[in-house]
Amino acid sequence: MSKFGKKKKGLPAINTASLPDIVFMLLFFFMVTTTMRQTDLVIKKPQLPSATEVKKLEHKSLVSTIYVGKARPEDQAKYGSGDKIQLNDKIATINDIANFIYSEQEKHNPEEIPYMTTSIKADITCGVGTIHDIRMALRDINALKVSYSTRRGDLRENVR
Amino acid sequence: MAQKETPEINAGSMADIAFLLLIFFLVTTTMDVDSGISRKLSEKPPENYEPPVIKQKNILEINLNRNDDMLVEGERMKIEDLRQFTIDFLDNGGGVGKPDESGPGEICDYCNGERRDDSSDHPNKAIISVKSDRGTSYGMYITIQNELLRAYTELRNRYAKNHITGDYAGMSYDELLLLLGNDKENEVLKAIIKEVKNAYPQIISDAEPTK
Repeated sequence: MSKFGKKKKGLPAINTASLPDIVFMLLFFFMVTTTMRQTDLVIKKPQLPSATEVKKLEHKSLVSTIYVGKARPEDQAKYGSGDKIQLNDKIATINDIANFIYSEQEKHNPEEIPYMTTSIKADITCGVGTIHDIRMALRDINALKVSYSTRRGDLRENVR
Repeated sequence: MAQKETPEINAGSMADIAFLLLIFFLVTTTMDVDSGISRKLSEKPPENYEPPVIKQKNILEINLNRNDDMLVEGERMKIEDLRQFTIDFLDNGGGVGKPDESGPGEICDYCNGERRDDSSDHPNKAIISVKSDRGTSYGMYITIQNELLRAYTELRNRYAKNHITGDYAGMSYDELLLLLGNDKENEVLKAIIKEVKNAYPQIISDAEPTK
């Protein structure tokens, strides 16, 4: 028997030398596609309304976001319980919107400015009055492209 | 003296480290794209601007009060009925359209409506005016906007299916938009979409909310 040598037993181990390569490839993919949340919400996270006729916002860099919602319960003593507007990282007033949009526009080339969109992320319980004030402020400074941010979903969730 | 070789670094744990990073990015990645109802605001009118007189029958008036009730043309209406009512209004085609550079206004030959005298003349003259209260909830407001947009989309889909000839015949407006999303430089497609949009232009105005 020993003349023919020992017979190998079991399956040969799979070569895992290329495993790190595969994992790194996936890693780079996710690293590139990840966008870190840029602004922290100061207000309570708005519950966006649902809609079916939605359009995707392209060119993320050309979008400036205005959050509208109620202040957090612990901050309501300071800010009151009405609708609050958040620009960048702090709660602001209607009069600050013009400066906010101007500072966003400064980051871009003049020829890109007409394509800039303002995305309004408002809570479903907000009053239309607040939204209208924002609209008027945007109209005054000629930032006319607006998107009311929504989720895709059932319309019945919008009205309580 | 025997030469000492530098020992090879064990790369066995490389995969573990990479996995750790991978899982971190997997968890933090948000793939959601911001989407919403887009709207172009009207420009600020110059001072002393006199708004043109618009015939009452060309305006569909929608009122929302602070309890989220809806009045359409002065009568209570349920949200489910708004879309059909809007379609009937836009598609009425009771008169002639706006005059443009090609000549005087024409009769809407693609409209399917009843051509009543007390409803809109032509889709390009029909204006929808949404007047809300400052206390109307934003959710209700968006619901109404969405229903109005659905009415427009339905009419545009129908127009595209019946009146577009050539390579894109028989396709709905939604399908054309999808195609354009994949092929943004296609000038023929752009022209067709513009034609469909012009057939049923979106004229939705937001009136100053009541206090």
